[in-house]
Amino acid sequence: MTLTPLRPPTTTDHLSLLESHAVYILREVAAECERPVLLFSGGKDSAVLLHLAVKAFAPGRLPFPVMHVDTGQNFPEVLAFRDRTVAAIGARLVVASVQDAIDRGRAADPGPRGSRNRLQTVALLDAIVEQRFDAAFGGARRDEDKARAKERILSFRNAFGQWEPRHQRPELWQLYQGRVNPGEHLRAFPLSDWTELDVWQYIEREGVALPSIYFAHERDVVRRDAMWLAVNEHVEARPSERVERRLVRYRTVGDATCTGAVESDAVTVAAIVREVATANVSERGATRADDRFSETAMEDRKREGYF
Amino acid sequence: MTVTSDLLRLATIGSVDDGKSTLIGRLLVDTRQLFDDQLDAVVNASERRGVGDLDLSFVTDGLRAEREQGITIDVAYRYASTPRRKFIIADCPGHVQYTRNMATGASTADLALVVVDVAHGLKEQTRRHLCIAALLGVRGLVVAVNKMDAVHWSPSAFQSVVDEVETVAGELGFGVVTCVPTSALLGDNVVEPSNHTPWYRGPTVLGALESSDAGAWTNATNGPRLPIQWVLRQPGGGRTYAGMVNGDALHEGDVVTLLPAGIETTITTLNTLHGGRSAEAGAGLSIDVALADETDAGRGDLLARAPLPRVTSELSATLCWFGERPLGAGQRLRLKHTTRVTPARVVALDGVVDVATLVVSDRAELRTNDIGLVTLQTADPLVVDDYRDNRVTGSFVLIDEVTNATVAAGMVGRASFLA
Repeated sequence: MTLTPLRPPTTTDHLSLLESHAVYILREVAAECERPVLLFSGGKDSAVLLHLAVKAFAPGRLPFPVMHVDTGQNFPEVLAFRDRTVAAIGARLVVASVQDAIDRGRAADPGPRGSRNRLQTVALLDAIVEQRFDAAFGGARRDEDKARAKERILSFRNAFGQWEPRHQRPELWQLYQGRVNPGEHLRAFPLSDWTELDVWQYIEREGVALPSIYFAHERDVVRRDAMWLAVNEHVEARPSERVERRLVRYRTVGDATCTGAVESDAVTVAAIVREVATANVSERGATRADDRFSETAMEDRKREGYF
Repeated sequence: MTVTSDLLRLATIGSVDDGKSTLIGRLLVDTRQLFDDQLDAVVNASERRGVGDLDLSFVTDGLRAEREQGITIDVAYRYASTPRRKFIIADCPGHVQYTRNMATGASTADLALVVVDVAHGLKEQTRRHLCIAALLGVRGLVVAVNKMDAVHWSPSAFQSVVDEVETVAGELGFGVVTCVPTSALLGDNVVEPSNHTPWYRGPTVLGALESSDAGAWTNATNGPRLPIQWVLRQPGGGRTYAGMVNGDALHEGDVVTLLPAGIETTITTLNTLHGGRSAEAGAGLSIDVALADETDAGRGDLLARAPLPRVTSELSATLCWFGERPLGAGQRLRLKHTTRVTPARVVALDGVVDVATLVVSDRAELRTNDIGLVTLQTADPLVVDDYRDNRVTGSFVLIDEVTNATVAAGMVGRASFLA
């Protein structure tokens, strides 16, 4: 057979190919869907996703707004980063607020110290319905979790916002087809094939700005669930726990009540690249309490409509 | 910083219970690709489900239903790297009702890692997968003749599967086939050489994957193509046309033809994402280009250099049909080809392929998971190459007009083994 390979000679580097593929997906979905939105948490993956989106449509403006699902339990550094970044590119910011969802009676308040992780799904799906979004870009990667490893790049959600892992659309070649009926929507994951190391190497190459909490800093923490949890307005030390001041950084950014820090002295992206390349524990394993509820915690949340 | 640019994309294929997921689990565990917490989670899940100390299939079978039923339902993508190469592994399901998911995994693969249970030989489902892999243009084959421990490492049992595989691979037009006697369960000849097979002199599965040239670039036999995805308006009123290059490289100064209009023009500027303006861009790169002449180019159009693709609204094509309802002549669907979506109609059903014998026979309809030959008519003209010349301009999908489900993978033309 004399088939033309889909991919190019080895002279084109790995990061440029990942970048090109992600931009290709962003342009396909923007062209085929009526009302896309880009989900932006302020974390490293969504920072890279936004950077790619800006590149895909430059010198024009983003042809879609940016949405933050705000649990009301954020790291202040991340909120500041969000506002700075969105203002710098002149994008429109939509905030889907978990507090609003609680105030409107759409979700029960788990209390001041309770996790609002699952309530994000309520706020997200309500915003998608209210604003009639038919596609939501997310920065999820397949190497993060065993359920994400199963998900299509364009992932169909039914009129209830649910992912049905047994009935995913076939996704052949790079023919991403994003047609949905009214009320249904897509999640689009341009970083599907990126690993954590790819993301950091790309951040290094492109000089992508990040919230300061990704870099080593001193912080008051307690040891809980084999993680270092920051003590702040959302997390209180329990009587049995000892508050310590340690040199830490965050490997992922999520809700302040369930995102743990790792001990690290990495203050530059180059140092983080070295640290990630030799890590023994996965990023979600090291830092996310929300994945520890059960064997299939991520799948269960995704079925409900989570990111 | 060192970035390994040599990437091999592979998909596992074969029948249910022959051990595909166990083999991938073994490969990932023995090459230390799993983080400590991920391996712990597999150990815990194995214990909780009463399947022994370490069920390797749980490394990729991550869905609740998959673990409950002990089967793979959909493709899992895993990323691995060894000092020699990076891998993207699509672990595909074996069940016939999930053939659409296997085709999803194989459509972007360079190499198929075929797993065959040595005691059972080639089952019909393995033949179907090999046929689909050949149609999709997967170039390389590595065959793990698995569960060798169950036949007491018998060289003759191994050889009879090798003979069977080589016959089928030859019919389907595959080139070099590497067969490895393995026990994925015990780890023999997966990453570590086995001491049960002194009669075998070939590589381990990992060795075969690391040395395969299936992912290596060979120059395209046809010219560059740039399907236009998006028009970028430049300050000052100009426009550039954005898309991903395939086929040969495009260069600044290239004389190109805008299709289907047939207008000749010149690329005056070529911009890449990394590094800006560039003299050339190869396949797989997203670029935008400015053209010398005013045109009304837009999404769905294509820029190409000779030999030019065909402009046609009637296609002879090979289909893998995934629809739940049968496909017959006269049926209307939507067709997506490159960046163009158009209504399409089945003019004629030209035959259905028997995957066991590769004989094409007449039938009135295609049923779920059938491979068939069809003639299609499209509302808008398409700019196509034969699939065997170009996987981008030669491929399309069919979409149900009501549900919007993707119901078929289509390839322009037909493979030589279906002549």
